[in-house]
Amino acid sequence: MHAVLLADEDDFEGWRDAARGLAVAGVPPREVTWQVGQGGGDLFGDEAPPPAADGPAFAVPRAFLTLAQSVICHSDPERFALLYTLLCRIRSNPQAMEDGADPLVQRLERMAKEVRRDMHKMHAFLRFREVPEPDGGETGGPDGAERFVAWFEPDHHIVRATAGFFVRRFAGMRWSILTPELSIHWDGERLTESPGAARTDAPSGDPVEETWKTYYSSIFNPARLKVGAMLKEMPKKYWKNMPETALVAPLIAGAQGREAAMVEASKRKLSEAEVEGLATADKAERRLQPGGNALAAWEAILADAKACTRCHLYKHATQTVFGEGPLDARIMFVGEQPGDQEDLAGRPFVGPAGQLFDRALGEAGVDRAQTYVTNAVKHFKFERRGKRRIHSKPEAPEIEACRWWIEQERTLIRPPVTVALGATAARSLFGRVMTISRVRGQALELPDGGEAWVTVHPSFLLRLPDPDKKREEYARFVEDLARIGERAKALA
Amino acid sequence: MAQLGTREKLAILADAAKYDASCASSGTSKRNSIGGKGIGSTEGMGICHAYAPDGRCISLLKILLTNSCIFDCHYCINRKSSNVRRARFTAEEVVQLTLAFYKRNYIEGLFLSSGIIRSPDYTMEQIVRVARSLREEHDFHGYIHLKTIPDADPELVHQAGLHADRVSINVELPTVAGLTRLAPEKDAGRIEGAMKDMKAAIVDTRDAKRRFRSAPNFAPAGQSTQMIVGADGADDRAIIGRASGLYDRFRLRRVYYSAFSPIPDASAVLPLKRPPLMREHRLYQSDWLMRFYGFEPGEVGQVTDAAGMLPLDIDPKLAWALKFRERFPVDVNRADREALLRVPGLGVKAVDKIVASRRLRSLRLDDVARLTVSIAKVRPFITTADWRPTLLTDRADLGARLRPASQQLELFAA
Repeated sequence: MHAVLLADEDDFEGWRDAARGLAVAGVPPREVTWQVGQGGGDLFGDEAPPPAADGPAFAVPRAFLTLAQSVICHSDPERFALLYTLLCRIRSNPQAMEDGADPLVQRLERMAKEVRRDMHKMHAFLRFREVPEPDGGETGGPDGAERFVAWFEPDHHIVRATAGFFVRRFAGMRWSILTPELSIHWDGERLTESPGAARTDAPSGDPVEETWKTYYSSIFNPARLKVGAMLKEMPKKYWKNMPETALVAPLIAGAQGREAAMVEASKRKLSEAEVEGLATADKAERRLQPGGNALAAWEAILADAKACTRCHLYKHATQTVFGEGPLDARIMFVGEQPGDQEDLAGRPFVGPAGQLFDRALGEAGVDRAQTYVTNAVKHFKFERRGKRRIHSKPEAPEIEACRWWIEQERTLIRPPVTVALGATAARSLFGRVMTISRVRGQALELPDGGEAWVTVHPSFLLRLPDPDKKREEYARFVEDLARIGERAKALA
Repeated sequence: MAQLGTREKLAILADAAKYDASCASSGTSKRNSIGGKGIGSTEGMGICHAYAPDGRCISLLKILLTNSCIFDCHYCINRKSSNVRRARFTAEEVVQLTLAFYKRNYIEGLFLSSGIIRSPDYTMEQIVRVARSLREEHDFHGYIHLKTIPDADPELVHQAGLHADRVSINVELPTVAGLTRLAPEKDAGRIEGAMKDMKAAIVDTRDAKRRFRSAPNFAPAGQSTQMIVGADGADDRAIIGRASGLYDRFRLRRVYYSAFSPIPDASAVLPLKRPPLMREHRLYQSDWLMRFYGFEPGEVGQVTDAAGMLPLDIDPKLAWALKFRERFPVDVNRADREALLRVPGLGVKAVDKIVASRRLRSLRLDDVARLTVSIAKVRPFITTADWRPTLLTDRADLGARLRPASQQLELFAA
């Protein structure tokens, strides 16, 4: 084993000298460890220092050096070893760098890109603040007499790499840039370094910031709001050092103007549902008929269902979403599974599809208060995409596991008509795959002898892209519901 | 009228400048402040120092010297007959504001424009005075973009070019008829004449620079222009044709499009109707196709519909590929660079990487996937060592499959 001790986190020269020696000596990458700092000798007891480069120097493509200079600044401790691996590969195949589709080249290029982005963001988002002279001198004198201090927290070891930019740009000013790892100072002629600093070492304000904020809020065009585009380029982690970002929230709120009330209303609805759901869902306003054994039995089933672990879905969902409605309901609607909002609320059919369902029921002349609604699968199944939970279709084993509960509910309520909303519900009730278009709009006999109808799930209507088609399908759905309502009345 | 403070004036004059689309600070000569007494540098790539909630970058201090104007152009918020609040900066105020912002690393430089007061010459002189003061009195090396006034004395316009990195003259509207109707005091001939002079001066300077290193700079970041989309009846095909003509004749760096929105007197309230942002976006995309992807203006014109408009639901490159199916699929291992640039979903960088990688080995679909943002968009149009889109390019519904999924969640949107 060989151990290499580098002077600094961004010690490119040190890495290059050591790597050159190791490569000439033919040391394979797995036999080298890379360390930064003043490590004591005994740490590496039996490890040899890198061999000195005495053989003939060898050339590497310029692109590799450019890449390495960026990658060295990365915060990933593996960067030295990865670069050395690529260097060894380049020695045997000088074109190894050009293969952009190779995983190692790609990883290093990605790291270099992250470093370049971090540097670019430091160039862009660092903010200087003017400070009184430490020696009590006059501020605001002739050009160059002022002193400025900035505080910045880079992700990677880039302070030295960015110093040149600030020197070239602010050569006629005196300034300091403080970061947790390293501070740099420019006195108009020379650049000096000092150890890292704390946020409190930097000044807390500057009177010009108010003028800058005035500009920021005036140049913004309220007719075009693209918050996503802003966040992509100016992520929140940089905000704390930028005076203008204090205005972002009020500007967005103001621009939304008339829309604000609507947005606010929908927010209120969600958080109410959330609160309700997190308080015990059992006590939520379920329209249950008091008295009788049925209620006690139903409550017992509910308690069991709350602790259901019949399939793996319980692991990620918030809670079991059981059915609800009067226990003497004439119609039992079976949906697919709870969605995001149902999962939080603990009640079925409260989300967008549920609201659409309510509306359709109303138009069909069916009183939802007289129906029992439940789902084929009682836990929310989803894929996490960023912060959002995207509905994911339940599969056969999950539907099978949950049939247990549907059967309990049907036994207890004994509805004259059971309605499967969508293919999953039909699969659950009939125990086999059904084609909705073939069985829709007619009374069917269930395996246990009850009567069932099949129609589409309201979320299907939500997903139709074409508005004409959507209207047409909605009308058909209402028609189905009306016919089911008539049938339930006839059977009663 | 009471005297306005600097911040109040800034609020009015920045607000009035926000209808100028450009905020670019790229493409100028490299320079820095080392050894001088001032500040400022430019390094080729411009830097966006902040982003506003409208998603646009803030790179320059973009203001008007004054929003008073003796012209009465109907599409402009600062027209004579509009009753917006008026304000005026002195040249010195603009200089101090620019330096104060620059020293705190808020901006890359200044973009100065102005309403026309007294006379075009007087206004142009004021604009030039700001730039001269920054450059000569304060040794400022940052970026300066000056809007020039076509009716001003050519010598003054020339002065602007000596101090600025970029100069621009707005053609305002895509058609001459539109200009005559909506901006009665402006003259298409004079605007183009000024652009032609500017081009000649830029070319001369470049030649002189080749021979004498000490030759003075003249607008090293070139000239640009802006036209308002949607204020007159010009369709997309006409706009694209006009833009490409401008690029060819005046060697413009950029043509900016600004979606017209019915501008109320006070811009603090929302416009009556949201501007057709997607149209603006599609025009910029077609602009990119012509500048970086080797498309001819006529080819972009081929994807416009009977009314001469670009499709709004898909980008023009995809529209072109769907219309000319016979050009696809393209073999990523053999096709030339020009053919690869035509593949929807492959950008210039991805194409360059593909061309470099395929020298070393035959590319598979996974390799291409690693080099692109979204392989799903690219897949129907390419063949690789292990992939062939057998039926895809013949499918009648390919367009529908590649269109972004609709976002309609409500049944009947209110």
